[in-house]
Amino acid sequence: MHAVFLAIDTAFLIEKLVLIVVVISLSLLIAMYETWAERKVAAWIQDRRGPNRAGPLGLLQPLADGIKLFFKEEIVPNTSNRFLFILGPALAMLTAMMTSAVIPWGGTIEIFGKEVSLQIADINIGVLFIFGVVSMGVYGIMIGGWASNNKFSLLAALRGASQVISYELPMGIALISLLMVTGSLKMSVIVGQQIDSWYHIFHAPLGFFIFLVCAFAECNRTPFDLPEAENELNFGYHQEYSSMKLGFYLFAEYINMFISSVVMVTLFFGGYDIPFVSDAALRESWGANPTAILQAAVLFGKTAFFIFLFMWVRWTIPRFRYDQLMDLGWKKLIPLSLVNLVITALIILPWK
Amino acid sequence: MQPLTNRAKPVDRRPMTLVERIYLWNIFKGMMITLKHLFKRKATISYPEQKRPFSPVFRGLHILNRDEEGRERCTACGLCALACPAEAITMEAAERKKGEEHLYREEKYAARYEINMLRCIFCGLCEEACPKDAIYLSETFAPANYQRKGFIYGKKDLLIPHPKEDPEAYKKALGNRYKQSQNAN
Repeated sequence: MHAVFLAIDTAFLIEKLVLIVVVISLSLLIAMYETWAERKVAAWIQDRRGPNRAGPLGLLQPLADGIKLFFKEEIVPNTSNRFLFILGPALAMLTAMMTSAVIPWGGTIEIFGKEVSLQIADINIGVLFIFGVVSMGVYGIMIGGWASNNKFSLLAALRGASQVISYELPMGIALISLLMVTGSLKMSVIVGQQIDSWYHIFHAPLGFFIFLVCAFAECNRTPFDLPEAENELNFGYHQEYSSMKLGFYLFAEYINMFISSVVMVTLFFGGYDIPFVSDAALRESWGANPTAILQAAVLFGKTAFFIFLFMWVRWTIPRFRYDQLMDLGWKKLIPLSLVNLVITALIILPWK
Repeated sequence: MQPLTNRAKPVDRRPMTLVERIYLWNIFKGMMITLKHLFKRKATISYPEQKRPFSPVFRGLHILNRDEEGRERCTACGLCALACPAEAITMEAAERKKGEEHLYREEKYAARYEINMLRCIFCGLCEEACPKDAIYLSETFAPANYQRKGFIYGKKDLLIPHPKEDPEAYKKALGNRYKQSQNAN
């Protein structure tokens, strides 16, 4: 026991802990401002101004919303399973946050002469890990909807589950076409390849498109927001929730949106690679730390565009009908991704 | 049947073309439209700071008028209360004493004059009924209140500021009416 404890590198532990805290608080902060941005984008698209009262440009609005949610009454319906009722939002939040562990947020920085990688865990099954965690996200909806003991919530939970399961298939197949190009599941390798040569969007454009559509569905965003379809399901699976438990559900959606944007950028748009500039040369002239910070900033910039895309689509396209959703998933996207797989294989074959 | 306007369009029942069925192009077109709206001028006005101009015939809160020397014009004749379809106006008349000539224009005045703003329908009939130009509807509307009794406006709330003692507030209270009177002269 003692020997095992000694074997753990303390500096390593601290480094990872700091990184985890920074990444988690950053994603929470970004999710917070996503709510603000969503309201602003919605307002602008509808020729309105959006929140502009709390602080300059309404920047304190998410804070006010958060405080409001914290002070609301905590209601647990007495017919529900109390444990599962609380587990639902917790699980939604947890799975939303967990994905960020394998994403490379930037190159390496140097602290006290020690090389620190800006990635919490560079595991060799990075993409698989993301998949596993994302598909666990549906349990948040399922458990929450079931534990509410309410027919609308249950229907929404079922819809959510079947939707996520249906769209995970084409998403996975689309990713396989990408993985055939990369030949690795390791996130750092995938980014490294894109730093050295073309972004993977040029290798798998159709794969990216399918991935994008499926990401919308996985995040339960419009046009696929059937689980919370307010006109027919009356707010769906979070109908019985109040206070910060509701806040967690809403927040998890925004974190999911952020994380899936980051995943898309990492897999298809070069991750933290600074476009049109050789990162290695920049590292030589600027030093490690400024370059890494710039790389992280570039990653967030690219991510911001995709987050905007999520919002832009949300406020443009109306929701699909349920049968249309299933049609699109099973009859269109899965065959399309299979065809994409075959085409990619045919193109790659001569080089391998 | 003859169409009433030239805006009527027949419903297009042709089967969808391939581009329409793929739907992506239409999504793209829709997104371009929303993108255009992103940069359009906003229709919203930041209300308390900016206000939309009212129409000159807007009927808002009542104002009890004074003449140029600051004397109350109302003689408590009760014609406004009689004209009021909502029965929102009550008043009590009193006789002007000696030494009060600078306060009231005529021998009789309203000692109490109350308008229930919850009953009032802002029709403006009181203004039309008044033979003394003592009451008119301004361009402000009744502010919110916590209690019903807060909506019963007395003389204190209704009287226009004194033109001699507080000319600035008087001019502000007159608003458009002031401009109109300037134009008329």
